[in-house]
Amino acid sequence: MRHLLSTQDLSKDDAILLLDTAAQMAATQSREIKKLPTLRGRTVVNLFFEDSTRTRISFETAAKRLSADVINFSAKGSSVSKGESLKDTALTLHAMGADAVVVRHWASGAPHQLAHAGWLDAAVLNAGDGTHQHPTQALLDAFTIRRHLVGLRGGAGGAGHPDGTGADLAGLRVAIVGDVLHSRVARSNVHLLHTLGAEVTLVSPPTLLPVGVETWPCRTSYDLDATLAGWQPDAVMMLRVQRERMSGGAGAFFPSPLEYTRRYGLDGRRLALLPGHAIVMHPGPMNRGLEISAEAADSARSVIVEQVANGVAVRMAALYLLLAGERDDRADAPPAPAATEGTAL
Amino acid sequence: MSPGMPEHTTGRTTVLGAQEIQRALTRIAHEVVERSKGVDDVVLLGIPTRGVTLARRLAERLAAIEPAFDPAHSLGELDVTMYRDDLRRHPTRAVGVTTLPAAGIDDKIVVLVDDVLYSGRTIRAALDALSDLGRPRVVRLACLVDRGHRELPIRPDFVGKNLPTATTERVGVRLQEVDGGEDAVVISGRGPADGADGDAGAGVAR
Amino acid sequence: MTTSSTTYVLRGARPLGAEPVDVVLADGVVAALGADVEVPGGAVEVDAAGHVLLPGLVDLHTHLREPGREDAETVASGTRAAAAGGYTAVHAMANTSPVADTAGVVEQVWNLGRQAGWVDVHPVGAVTVGLAGERLAELGAMADSAARVRVFSDDGRCVHDPVLMRRALEYVKAFDGVVAQHAQEPRLTEGAQMNEGVVSAEIGLTGWPAVAEEAIIARDVLLAEHVGSRLHVCHVSTAGSVEIIRWAKARGIAVTAEVTPHHLVLTDELARGYDPVFKVNPPLRTAADVEAVRAGLADGTIDVVATDHAPHTREDKDCEWGAAAMGMTGLETALSVVQLAMVDTGLMTWADVARVMSTAPAAIGRVADTQGRPVAVGEPANLVLVDPRATRVVDGAAQATAAANTPFQGRELPGRVVATFLRGRATVLDGAPVEPAGAVAAPGVAR
Repeated sequence: MRHLLSTQDLSKDDAILLLDTAAQMAATQSREIKKLPTLRGRTVVNLFFEDSTRTRISFETAAKRLSADVINFSAKGSSVSKGESLKDTALTLHAMGADAVVVRHWASGAPHQLAHAGWLDAAVLNAGDGTHQHPTQALLDAFTIRRHLVGLRGGAGGAGHPDGTGADLAGLRVAIVGDVLHSRVARSNVHLLHTLGAEVTLVSPPTLLPVGVETWPCRTSYDLDATLAGWQPDAVMMLRVQRERMSGGAGAFFPSPLEYTRRYGLDGRRLALLPGHAIVMHPGPMNRGLEISAEAADSARSVIVEQVANGVAVRMAALYLLLAGERDDRADAPPAPAATEGTAL
Repeated sequence: MSPGMPEHTTGRTTVLGAQEIQRALTRIAHEVVERSKGVDDVVLLGIPTRGVTLARRLAERLAAIEPAFDPAHSLGELDVTMYRDDLRRHPTRAVGVTTLPAAGIDDKIVVLVDDVLYSGRTIRAALDALSDLGRPRVVRLACLVDRGHRELPIRPDFVGKNLPTATTERVGVRLQEVDGGEDAVVISGRGPADGADGDAGAGVAR
Repeated sequence: MTTSSTTYVLRGARPLGAEPVDVVLADGVVAALGADVEVPGGAVEVDAAGHVLLPGLVDLHTHLREPGREDAETVASGTRAAAAGGYTAVHAMANTSPVADTAGVVEQVWNLGRQAGWVDVHPVGAVTVGLAGERLAELGAMADSAARVRVFSDDGRCVHDPVLMRRALEYVKAFDGVVAQHAQEPRLTEGAQMNEGVVSAEIGLTGWPAVAEEAIIARDVLLAEHVGSRLHVCHVSTAGSVEIIRWAKARGIAVTAEVTPHHLVLTDELARGYDPVFKVNPPLRTAADVEAVRAGLADGTIDVVATDHAPHTREDKDCEWGAAAMGMTGLETALSVVQLAMVDTGLMTWADVARVMSTAPAAIGRVADTQGRPVAVGEPANLVLVDPRATRVVDGAAQATAAANTPFQGRELPGRVVATFLRGRATVLDGAPVEPAGAVAAPGVAR
């Protein structure tokens, strides 16, 4: 692995290695001394073009626990006021000798450009780009699912290991509920969970499913009750609903918060439809009372707080796997322009 | 062929056979007991991969010598990957498992167990890892083979066999539990063809 | 007049791909044409063996960026690129700064074109003031100006208000004008970044649905039918649009349509690399759409190939996809791409190429008195000589256009413009632009 840009790039072996490494990282995090010397002397830059204190802190903690030097670079800007260009920022980081760049960006594809435009030769970790991908979120979700539903239960080929080390997620059912259209979390999870052998159902109002979703490796449903009761998912992942999606008059994606909650919110009644072992997940931050009720969020099935803790371990694993080994590809030329693909010549 | 007789085939020489390895481990077990004046407070930490197997075998022997020794209580494994100083010189290494013995390591006599002692860098990493995990009373080092060429001021307390080697040679340890087949310590030659028979790189100390 | 005193004889040229003849260009016209022509003394010989001779190409859709964005392109650099691409006339789109919505601005652009001397520049007038889509610009004044504007377009924006569109269609009838519609329903394309479909769903870019183009075209052909006006549809990009236009033509509606070279060969799969050089409006569509626009061009549903040459500065393209400007250059690759997509595939002949890249656009733009003429004795010597057997690797930095945003960077394309003649004067010779000497005509001199 040279970069971590999209869960679509991960093979099953890659994904399992990441999760297994995360398991070892998690084990170190219960010690009194949590810091490891592994990435001493390496520089990790958190490049955030979009505010996300939670994700930044998680990456910063992960890098510091591995003894990397961390530089936080906030380059906030919108598409309207661009500020310093992505290219100049990249050249600056290159000059500063960054070994890894953790990038959060409002524009889909910006991490891909950083990795491939030839401006920078650091490893690029996508910490969320536009409505495209958020691979470490999906990895921490898969890690959490594996720990609870493979490791602890010992099922699905978990080899009896308490955290499911070495295992995939074959046979597990995961429902992802909410605004799929604008969700990088959903996109990342669909591909990763599929790669790991799980089945995914996206549950969403029709307005919040993208045109083209029919090619994704998952099923879709407009009916949350039917999915919970009929399909009996092992995990339910609730997506955050941006309140701005229901404003905008004629362009609103659903009529009202109340109607959304009635049809797609997870509450105590819906919780009771789930099998006994099923877990409830949310990438945070939650809109309590909108997509998830307090009862569901705080229930014994909820692993939401654990997801946050697992985020550090997964990000440590990603940083370790990208930065610890030798760089045998340093002499590689920048990738050839994509002009030979996708043409109808 | 009789065990212990050097075997020369395709540049590989078996320098320790299965029985010699068994005898060496038994001897080390006795030395550990003697040096520690018993087994109280002794814990064994194997360094993955083959050090873990060797530590397990040593634990069985300690228990045989001194029934007070409880392997379930005093045996663990210590992965040193994240403490290595040579990570950037190799393809990314998978991080192994660290399992501390139930007895813990604080104020214990910790015996690190590894298969081949070479530069000493693995043990340096192990000492760093240990100091993050606790504070043993004493740390000792047991290894099946000491092939020399130390790069750090580290020496073993218990050695199965001292094996003079050239740096161009490779020393491979094969253990039944890990590699299948008979136990053996194999020294292999100078050509790139070594280790092409299925256990490539297995237990090879570089 | 920018006619040439040099006499040229093109040896062995194949007019519209037909049998080889010698062609004499003198005094700005085709003086002789045949197997055994009389060549005047002092004529410059051009070896045209195996080369195809076409009427000079006419682009209905060029962005020259001047006035306002001279950092991206100027009339001089853009028209030089046009000549290099085999063009003898271009229609310069109105989305400049200031917008070409008054007689003053269109005359400025027209004059800049005359001063540059590479091709005839026909300014397109804006339909609405400031392209704002709120009220009609003074279309009559632009029509009556020295620039004699006949094509009106808010290109870059859609004239989306149905009443305003109806008025524009009706109003331009008074001076035989045509409204060239950029068909894009604005509400359906808010924030749109690329074609809406499988690729956009996967790579997380806001989609530009085909229906946003097709709905406007459907409305506009019905409006054009209702008021008896002619309508031109810019850069048709979807299979559905082709179907609607085919239907409208069968019904007798006076609609014409154009397709860009890039929509004939490139697809939305290219967005996967997030290289903004492939960001364009309308967006690159699917392979099925590419097949449909090719078929539409071949069967005459689509009348012309127009470049939508849209030069941009490096800083407007060296950025995030979401922040990048839309558009790609095309003047210097259009003929090669048409050869690649249509001629080399057997879908069209060179005579068809002459029709869709010269005759038809000249007719739609109402410049057919001088452009898009037959290759025949007595006709104005606006010609392009193409070597269809040559190939070349596209290098944006080496092109005549001031911009480097070609989507064909590094690709080998067939065909090479050997020479371009504007009223008998060589603007390109041996594949290289020939700087016009004394091209500046006195203002006000008729063409």
